[in-house]
Amino acid sequence: MSDNPFSLWVYLSQSPLLWLTVTLLTYAVTDAVSLKTRRHPLANPVLHSLWIIGAFLLLTGTSYTTYFAGAQFVHFLLGPATVALAVPLYENRRRVAAAVLPMLVALAVGSLTAIVSVVLLARAFGLPREIILSLAPKSVTAGVAMGISESLHADPSLTAVAVILTGIMGAIIVTPLMNFTGITDFRGRGFAAGIAAHGIGTARAFQVDEVAGVFAGIAMSLNALVTSLLVPLAVTYLLR
Amino acid sequence: MIASLSLILLCQLVGEVAVRALAVPVPGPVVGLVLLLLLLLARDRFPALARGPLGNDGVESTSRGMLANLSLLFIPAGVGVVQKLDLLAEHGIAILVILAVSVIVTLLATVATFVAASSMFAREEDNP
Repeated sequence: MSDNPFSLWVYLSQSPLLWLTVTLLTYAVTDAVSLKTRRHPLANPVLHSLWIIGAFLLLTGTSYTTYFAGAQFVHFLLGPATVALAVPLYENRRRVAAAVLPMLVALAVGSLTAIVSVVLLARAFGLPREIILSLAPKSVTAGVAMGISESLHADPSLTAVAVILTGIMGAIIVTPLMNFTGITDFRGRGFAAGIAAHGIGTARAFQVDEVAGVFAGIAMSLNALVTSLLVPLAVTYLLR
Repeated sequence: MIASLSLILLCQLVGEVAVRALAVPVPGPVVGLVLLLLLLLARDRFPALARGPLGNDGVESTSRGMLANLSLLFIPAGVGVVQKLDLLAEHGIAILVILAVSVIVTLLATVATFVAASSMFAREEDNP
């Protein structure tokens, strides 16, 4: 036994084991609550895991770098999970093939709306130029968005925060908003979630309906391509 | 399960290598997704491929397991918000309002376009 309980904490807080455990345990609890509330939008497991883990880090004075050394094993799986989207895509290939044209039109409109709306709103609020540039790619998946932000000489870590906030808000709002409009086409509902709220929207779509999840996954992948081309163009025209 | 995970990682690895070798602005995992999809489609044509991870629901069940917990994978990056609390304190309300309005407008514009376009193309197919 350690003679000093503090030295045990020093050891644990520096080892990946503790932070990996904290991440999985917090998610297990928040996901169980989300299931219990029959996937209520406000019981979003990402939202609640973030503030619980964030508060724990602030209270224990742990740096994000130390936390990430443990949590990176979970973060790494984002890549393989993207590859895994091929399976539901394959299983629903006939529905997807039948909707190629509407998807392409909705991709063009959605991607452009996501970028133009955020740039115009941020300008109307009088935010500094660097912040506007950092917010512009917020609707695509974090890795790609940070790359775009870097190429614009903006702040990639602010972009990452904007991406996560956008994803969480999209995931919370999509179901009530779509129910309000009365649209019951789960292909379109999922596709919109993937365009507006990338992977977190896609995760939400899979909770609601498998077809919605498949279309969200396609939307997220296509939007990553289109947004990397559109953002530099859009900011040149809108921020002269 | 290990064989299925290896196949998924292999697809991603080939994707990352291809993207870097050809210097195209596409994320490597997206190329991996296309590769796995092509493998699954090829299996329909050549039944000899239906073995190992591609046989007996192998890669399918591993992928479904991963996607069922997709939310978990965003938590490590999301916790990075703690590094930006000072900036959020300064411009937080404006940023939250802007992102919320933008996400609502984008959701509505995308779903409306999708529904309108799919009924338009469906009508064209009915009366060519």
